[in-house]
This record gives sequence, structure tokens and C-alpha cells, in this order.
Amino acid sequence: MGLLEAIILAVLAASTPLLIAATGELVAERAGVLNLGVEGMMIVGAACGFGGAYISGSIIVGAISGILAGAALSLIFAMMTLGLAVNQVATGLALTILGIGLSGLIGSRFVGEKITPAPHLHIPGLTDIPFVGRILFGEDAFVYLSLALVVAVWLFLYRTRAGLVLRAIGDNHVSAHALGYPVLRIRMLAVMFGGACAGLAGAYLPLAYTPFFIPGMTAGRGWIALALVVFSSWRPARLVVGAYLFGAVTILQLHAQGAGFGIPSQFMSALPYLATVIVLVLISRARTGGSTAPAALRTVFVPDR
Amino acid sequence: MQLVLEKRAERSNTIALVSPLIAIALTIVTMSILFAILGKNPILALGVYFIDPLTDSYSLQEIAVKAAPLVMIAIGLSLCYLANVWNIGAEGQFLVGAVAGSWLAVKTQGTDAGYWVLPAMLLLGAAAGAAYALIPAICKVRFGASEILVSLMLVYVADLLLDYLVRGPWRDPAGFNFPTTAEFDPVATVPILIEGGRLHLGAIITLLVVAAAAVLLGRTIKGFEIRVVGAAPRAARFGGFNSNQLILLTFAISGALAGLAGIIEVAGPVGHLQPGISPGYGFTAIIVAFLGRLNPIGILIAGLFLALTFIGGEQAQIAMKIPLDVTKVFQGILLFYVLACDSLILYRFRLISSSPKVSSGTA
Repeated sequence: MGLLEAIILAVLAASTPLLIAATGELVAERAGVLNLGVEGMMIVGAACGFGGAYISGSIIVGAISGILAGAALSLIFAMMTLGLAVNQVATGLALTILGIGLSGLIGSRFVGEKITPAPHLHIPGLTDIPFVGRILFGEDAFVYLSLALVVAVWLFLYRTRAGLVLRAIGDNHVSAHALGYPVLRIRMLAVMFGGACAGLAGAYLPLAYTPFFIPGMTAGRGWIALALVVFSSWRPARLVVGAYLFGAVTILQLHAQGAGFGIPSQFMSALPYLATVIVLVLISRARTGGSTAPAALRTVFVPDR
Repeated sequence: MQLVLEKRAERSNTIALVSPLIAIALTIVTMSILFAILGKNPILALGVYFIDPLTDSYSLQEIAVKAAPLVMIAIGLSLCYLANVWNIGAEGQFLVGAVAGSWLAVKTQGTDAGYWVLPAMLLLGAAAGAAYALIPAICKVRFGASEILVSLMLVYVADLLLDYLVRGPWRDPAGFNFPTTAEFDPVATVPILIEGGRLHLGAIITLLVVAAAAVLLGRTIKGFEIRVVGAAPRAARFGGFNSNQLILLTFAISGALAGLAGIIEVAGPVGHLQPGISPGYGFTAIIVAFLGRLNPIGILIAGLFLALTFIGGEQAQIAMKIPLDVTKVFQGILLFYVLACDSLILYRFRLISSSPKVSSGTA
């Protein structure tokens, strides 16, 4: 296997959790809810995902455990921000703090254990094609799933009536409410979809990326996913570009560390975070003609009766 | 029948006063259930957590030592949150303050530098913290980038910077390759208040900061502007307040306080620079700020309470083998309850019949 092929395979794997988490968060934000708890839901998803797979011996059970854990946490968030009209930023932070604690509590018994990672696709003939075979037909199921998810979300948002309603609620909840749409119920579903995706993204890490669990293994990926949503201007297609770009930065800095160059490894490790800051600045600056963010993002809605 | 939220005609002052207490009570009930799930006696565990640390002088001092950075950081954060801007990178500003102050301590090590070293270190720490916090503030004001994400990203960068320095250029040559600087000289160390104890000058500085914040918010025009910009941005614009300038100001103050807390922690209880100098003070301070209702006196009380949970958590780990992560879960749940109870200041619940009345004339 050539170096370039290895790098592309690694980039795809590193980008997948970012893409899954960011896609879920994009749907929630399109409905007008900013859930800053992505990191917390991911890390609990990682702990529960590994736990589920370790106990049952099945990757699918692990993935479902991660999804359920993320969705459950996002339900708490939805009850707080939608049911009790609490500030979304503060609640999201609370969710992250709680998630980090919970994942430590749940995951501590699994530290040091190993599982068999998710298998890679193998289609005789196709996968064996030099160079492109492994890249196109030799990934684990999550990679294909993440791309299918983006397509599905794009179709839902732009080609269905329900997607139109969801976007309308995210842009103007007062009008949507006046038209008779159940604003809070649709927002709750969007938030829970986001939570389920974050949980799955977290579970991907111990199930496919590295076959073991370590506390804090998400290492800020949830926050980078949030930044990716801003980067994408809330459009699913651009999310794919952003996620793969960030995956590439992560992998290239790892390779650069390996190659040496005399640059301290800590500086290379800081690159993905610095890149996030720079991208946020550039993207926000380019948008001088008004924001593309959903107009009702972060605002509280209490229906008038 | 259905339970719905409804806006109160005016904010309830009674609930504003009792809501933190209700939140703490609900948290304690939830924790008891969690202890029971973990197979520990809830009454015993709660005793170890909340009562035992209050019974001996060592733990009481330790609570004050832990509360000092929490309160100092939370005071700064409360200014940002009052102005409705979100500095969540206090952890990074804390670390950068610690690094900048330590630079002087490392450079003057073994020289006969006088008593100016410590004050200069504190100033450096505060200045570096303020500068580091100004990065997200400037990105926000100048380019419209999310201050939440930028300040958070910089936490990871600060952590790596500290890691590099203590493993690389600043490592103690006589330190058996441990990632730490040499112990600071006495002139670079925060003085202890009680002979043989742990309580240090930082506690007094913290009280001064609390007093200064109370004056700023209660007695000055700037404090008034900060509160108006957060509560009623439109009114603030009509009043001619410069909201960009206020964002920069609140971020600079909160960064300076976090940086000051960082260098005091390093030059005080820790005594040298090393990774892991903060058990998440910058994040826990967010909880302190909200539990204290963004009010300086409230923050002082809330800081002492959360410091108690740190000490209680350590003792519960030693005495009852309760994992340290329980403390984090506790802190997260507490913040949830605080926010939920605060909602009842502005809103109330009402029971309505589930079938909405159809207005006449639509037949």
C-alpha cells in the first residue's frame, strides 16, 4: 500500500466522526436550536458504544448503544431549552460538563479492554483494484453510512415538505407557530436527531477508529463539529468538504510529527484547533453581507396562548 | 390536561432568592439515587461529601484554597455573561496566565532577584490572560466569528503550549525527566497566611476582586452599561453604549482574572509549573458563575460550595472508593438544576385543558 493511499484511508476515517456529528447538529441548528453539548454527547456515546460492543460482542449493538445514549442526553437538553425556555448556550455547556463526568463513570471499567474493530468492506475484484479499490470499496460501514446520512439530510431539508417546515421554524418560529406548525415538537425531534448523530459519532471512535476506550478520547471533536456547521454555512454539501479538510489537517499533522522536521509535536497537535480558529475568522469575515445562520438560532420560543 | 410554560407579568423575586437552594436540594436527591445505584450508602456518602470537609481545619483551609481560583475566574465570567457574550475558554486563559508568570520565575531562578519578582509575576499572569482572552473578543468584534468556539479552541492550544514548555525548554534539569519546572524560589512564591497551613495570599486577593466587582456592577456607569447591553441590547444602542468596546472590556477583565488565578495557583499551592495544574477550574467556574446568579457575593458563596464538592469528592474516593468522576457528574447536574430553577423566575407553569378552544365564527 502506497503512502498516499494510506493517507487518504486515514483521512476518511478521521473525518467520519466529524461528519456524522456535524450533520446531526446542522439539522438541530436549522430548526433554530444551538446545542453546544455535542462534545458531551459524543464522549458518552463513545463510552456507551464501547460498553455495548464489549458486553455483547457486536459492533451493531455498540453503535445502537451510542445512538441511544446521545439521544437520551439530547432529550434532557430539549426538555430544558424547549420545555423550560432555558438559555441554549448555558444548557449546552452543562450537557458537556455532565457528559464528561458520565463517560468517565461509565467507561472507567472498560479502560484497558479491547474489542475487534468494525470490519472493512471487501468485494472480491472491486476492492482489489490497485489504489482506488481500498479507498472506494474497502471502508468500514460507518464511512458509507456518514455519506448516506448527508445525502438523506440534504434530500430531507430541500426536497420534502417536512424539511421546509423545519427550516421555516428555524428562521421564524413566530410565523411558523401562527401557521399552526408545532414548533416545539419539531425542534425536539431535530435536537434528538442531533443527539443520536453525536452519540453515533462518539461510538465510531472506539468501535472503528481505535478499538479501545480512553477517557476524553473525543479530544474536542464535538467542538470542531460545531465549528464545521458554521463553516458549511448550514449547508449539508459543504459539510462534507469541511469535514474532509479537517480530517486531512489532523492526519497530515500526525504524519508530520512522525517525519520529525524538528518541530515540537505539541505545535503540530495544536494545528487542528488553530485551523478551526482561522477558518471561523475567514468564513465569518467573508459573510459581510449578513449572516447565513438560521434567523431564529439560539432564541427562546414560548408559544403565546 | 396539559402543563404549559407561561411568562410572568414581572420577575419573581422570591424565586430568584430561593432557586439556588432548590437546585442544590434537587441535586442532592439526584446524587443520593446515583450513590445507591453505585452500591454506596447515600447517607454515608453525602456525609463524606458535604459534612466531613467542614469538620477539620486542614479541609477548611483546603476549601478556601480551591475556592479562590474558582471565585476569581467566575467573577470575570459573570461580567461576560451579564453582557451576553460567552467566554468559555477561561481554562485556557488560566493556563496562559500560569505560563507567563512562570516565565519570570524560571528566568530569575537562582539569581538574587528581590521581592519585586512575585508582584511582577502576578502582573504578567493577568496581562497574558487578558491578551489571550482578547483573541476571541477581537475575532468576534472585528470579524463576527463565534467567541464561544474560538475561546474554547484556544483552551486546547494553551494546554499544548504548557505541555511543550515543561517537557522542553523549561524542564527542571534535576527533575529526573519529569515534565515540570524546578520549584520556584521563595521570592517567586505566594506567601502563606497561617504558619504551617495552606491558606495563601490568593484568598485575600480573591476577596478584593469580589469587592471590586460589587462596586463595578452596583456603583459605576460601566457596570450599568454591561448589564444593559446584555439585558436590552436595543435600549443600549439607543443609549449610545458602544457594545463592541464592552465586549472587549469584559473579555479582557475575565481573561486577566483567569490569568491571575492561574499564576497564583502555580506560585502558591503547586509551587512549580507542570501539566494538570487545573482540575478544570475554568469550566467549573462557569457553574460557579451561574449558581451565584452572576452576582459577586453569590459567586463567593457558590465558589465555596463547589470547592467543598472537590474536597468532598477526593475524600469520598479515599474513604468509600467513589470514583472522582462522580464530582463532575454532580457539578453538571447542579448546573442543569440551577438553570431549570432560574427559568421559574421569569416563567410559571399553568395547567390548561388539552383540547384548545375553537374560537366562534370558524364554523
